Amino acid sequence: MDELIEILKDLHSDVDFDTCTTLIDDKILDSFDIVSIVSEVNDRFDVAIPAKELVPENFNSAKALWDLISRLEED
Amino acid sequence: MKSMKELNKRDVLLPLCTIAGIALTVVSLWYLQRLLVPKYQRGVVEGSMIEEYYDDEKPHEVIFLGDCEVYENISTVALYRDYGISSYIRGSAQQLTWQSYYLLEDTLRYETPEVVVFNVLALKYGEPQSESYNRMTLDGMEWSMSKWNAIEASMTEDENMIDYIFPFLRYHSRWSELTAADYEHVMDKDPVTINGYYMRTDIMPEAVFPDPTPLVDYTLPETSMEYLERMAELCEQNGIELILIKAPTLYPYWYEQWDDQVRDFADAHNLTYINYIYLRDQIGLDMTVDTYDAGLHLNLTGAEKFADFIGQYLTDSFDLTDYREVPEVARLWEDDILFYDQLRDAQNAELAQYGELRSWGANAIES
Amino acid sequence: MLFTSLPFIVFVAALILVYYAFTPYKERWALLLMASLAFYFFADPRYLIFIGVTALTAYVFAIITEDYNAKRKAYLKANKESFDTDSKKKYKNTTARVTKLLMLLALLINLGILAVTKYTNFVIDTMNSWRTEPLSFVNIIVPMGISFYTFQTVSYSIDICRGTIKAQRNFLKFLLFVSFFPQLVQGPISRYEDLSQTLYEPKKFEFQNVSYGFMRILWGYFKKLVVADRLVIALKTLTESPDEYKGAYVFVVMMLYAAQLYCDFTGGIDITIGIAQMLGITVKENFNLPYFSKNIKEYWNRWHITMGTWFTDYIFYPLSVSPTMLKLSKWSRQHLGNAVGKRVTVYISCFAVWLATGIWHGAAWHFVVWGLMNFVVIMASQELEPVYAKFHGKFHLKEKKGYAIFEIARTFLLMSSLKLFDCYRDVGLTFKMFGSMFYTFNIGKLFNGSLLELGLTSADYEVAAIAIVFIFLVSLYKALIGEDIRVFLYQKYPLFVLVCVVLLVSTLVFGAYGAGFDASQFIYNQF
Repeated sequence: MDELIEILKDLHSDVDFDTCTTLIDDKILDSFDIVSIVSEVNDRFDVAIPAKELVPENFNSAKALWDLISRLEED
Repeated sequence: MKSMKELNKRDVLLPLCTIAGIALTVVSLWYLQRLLVPKYQRGVVEGSMIEEYYDDEKPHEVIFLGDCEVYENISTVALYRDYGISSYIRGSAQQLTWQSYYLLEDTLRYETPEVVVFNVLALKYGEPQSESYNRMTLDGMEWSMSKWNAIEASMTEDENMIDYIFPFLRYHSRWSELTAADYEHVMDKDPVTINGYYMRTDIMPEAVFPDPTPLVDYTLPETSMEYLERMAELCEQNGIELILIKAPTLYPYWYEQWDDQVRDFADAHNLTYINYIYLRDQIGLDMTVDTYDAGLHLNLTGAEKFADFIGQYLTDSFDLTDYREVPEVARLWEDDILFYDQLRDAQNAELAQYGELRSWGANAIES
Repeated sequence: MLFTSLPFIVFVAALILVYYAFTPYKERWALLLMASLAFYFFADPRYLIFIGVTALTAYVFAIITEDYNAKRKAYLKANKESFDTDSKKKYKNTTARVTKLLMLLALLINLGILAVTKYTNFVIDTMNSWRTEPLSFVNIIVPMGISFYTFQTVSYSIDICRGTIKAQRNFLKFLLFVSFFPQLVQGPISRYEDLSQTLYEPKKFEFQNVSYGFMRILWGYFKKLVVADRLVIALKTLTESPDEYKGAYVFVVMMLYAAQLYCDFTGGIDITIGIAQMLGITVKENFNLPYFSKNIKEYWNRWHITMGTWFTDYIFYPLSVSPTMLKLSKWSRQHLGNAVGKRVTVYISCFAVWLATGIWHGAAWHFVVWGLMNFVVIMASQELEPVYAKFHGKFHLKEKKGYAIFEIARTFLLMSSLKLFDCYRDVGLTFKMFGSMFYTFNIGKLFNGSLLELGLTSADYEVAAIAIVFIFLVSLYKALIGEDIRVFLYQKYPLFVLVCVVLLVSTLVFGAYGAGFDASQFIYNQF
């Protein structure tokens, strides 16, 4: 989780990713950010996030994103 | 409890306001339509002629149908003053034969005249000609099947029935060119004719017209002849005498071949056809003074002479009422004569002052 | 059929009447289907074949895919014991591969029809530019709305493959999703998961829905008839004689076209969504105050939204997170350095998206260049972001209110400049005309009455200007209050009615329609 927050902080240092739950809805993360995140996650966690998982629900908060990564790791 | 009450209040408010809104829309559009349609009060007045008929309360034993060759050439007041004939000219600019037919149908909804006089010049047109002339003839008609059919028969390619049903749609873009006259005449318009007669008192002597161009085909179009046929039938059914005339003016040129065809038609249908071009001397027309536009149309003196001549014929040939003897009709005619004389004096005064007419005809711009 | 044609208006009015008055609630979708097919039939009966084939393809492949997946899953579940982790994974992979293959087959057919009908002549034309013996053009009909409905079926097929939606088993219902007529003229591109929620079981008659929808339709006609169709007359004059109208006139073209396109496109969407709302159906919004955007990325999140999200979801994401791209990203970061490497995937995907967007807009090179110019501008602003950040760190301009207005104006001007491609419809000419703004100084010419020779009178300009101010104020209300003005008006219902009456009457009076005005085709009509 901490590593994930680190990835996110690299993109937007001014956002509190621990509490924010509207990263997509408030347009804090845009499509370019999402692609960067997927690429970083692939590097560090060796998890490939497929395109069908790139929906607001999975990216609105760091927690949701972490859950997604955990779920994909299990598969 | 209170919220229940509120709800009920809104249940009433919504439909009520909606209905009010619909009513408001209809009323506004109705008013705007009246405001936006051209008024034809000055300059081009021909668009007002057809509708004036409906306001006239007098009975008419003679109805004239046709284009400018009737409404500018025959003084209805002279016919009354000299013979007691109560007549009406249902004329309009470039009135096409089918329009004359449907105007006759339309007239029969209100009265059945003894005699219908139809001027044959328009027989040469077998196709709808122009939207603006259509409009000037058709917009003034009151709604009936006759109007619908007249529109159907008259529309040029780019016209739509819906634009006739709601003239608003056709004229809405006039919002930027509305004049004081448009506001003034939303509800009622000034008369531009006296029983259909359009008066001009100015003079411009007849000019030499160019030689007629030979035509490839002299046959009068089937469509117009068909409507002439229907006109004859309709008159017969209603016991009306139909008379065909050609006004005594020389231009547009009336070909001999056309004359023959109309004569044949008249013979075949047992109708009278009189070509007044051949009777100019008998009428007493002096075309150096009796025309206002170099011989295209007659002016007041010409129209009175022509009316006298036709009036004599009508009195001799038919048993027409002398309405000078019918007080309730005569009273109405007196008003018309008054208006007629005032109009003549006003035009003459302007002629004396400027040497030309400024409030009538092409010089007069609607303001 | 045009939105502004009388038959269309009568058609919709009759439909709404029959829909609520004579159709049982459960059968209403069937009436909508009949109306949609009739709409197509009257436009051109042959269109029905095209839309039928496209719908049938997506429908059949969806069912095959879903059944296949279900069968495989059931088999896996039933024979749990005989699978170990490895063979289970292998089995699952095979399922996924076949599913993908089925999807690609469906896409091949449907995008193939789109490509052939819309782009054959474009290809021939392009080839002719270097061939000595020119090929002759082929006579293919371009079915109305083919880009819109094809994109709807493509997203459906992909979503089925991804397993995010359930296949529609009733072909007629599916056909309604594909052919729902209000959106065939100008979009939007609806997703099955959104539209299906209300399309088959619309809301019952609700006074508020009908009122909102009605006002929305009036608003759309107002924008279209009073502003768009009026300005198009001057635009035509200006762009048809580019040699005569250079320099400052190009700026006039930019401004007029910005207003014209906005009113035409958003007006059309208002009519579409309004009709749907009157029918109790929710169609996704396609615009969100685009001219209030502060940067170009934001602009594309607010303009033609359903197209933007479509390209993001079905081209940008799949492409940039594909295994190949991820590998490429890794490789380039190792070999080209972190700064460049990080950008590679985004650049490639973004390029692909804007190339596709350009082509989607029309079969012509100026659209392609327009799309790529958008790419360039977006990438440039992306690269400049750190510079801006530094700048703002120093000068603290961002907090000032005036700065937001500057940003909005900058974005508006930038996007309006790009739209010039669509005005002049020729790449070279567009660049020439754009350049002429900077060396032909003829601003004085605009004030010597030459603007009155473009086909519009001063009264026309006045009406258009007043209408634009009115539209701006309504937009401003939404931007500041964050709520559609209809909500406020509906609470004061008499006012709501009054506004409807004013909109209707003023559109009828001031609209540029009927004789004397050429009914301009919707810009997005053949899409």
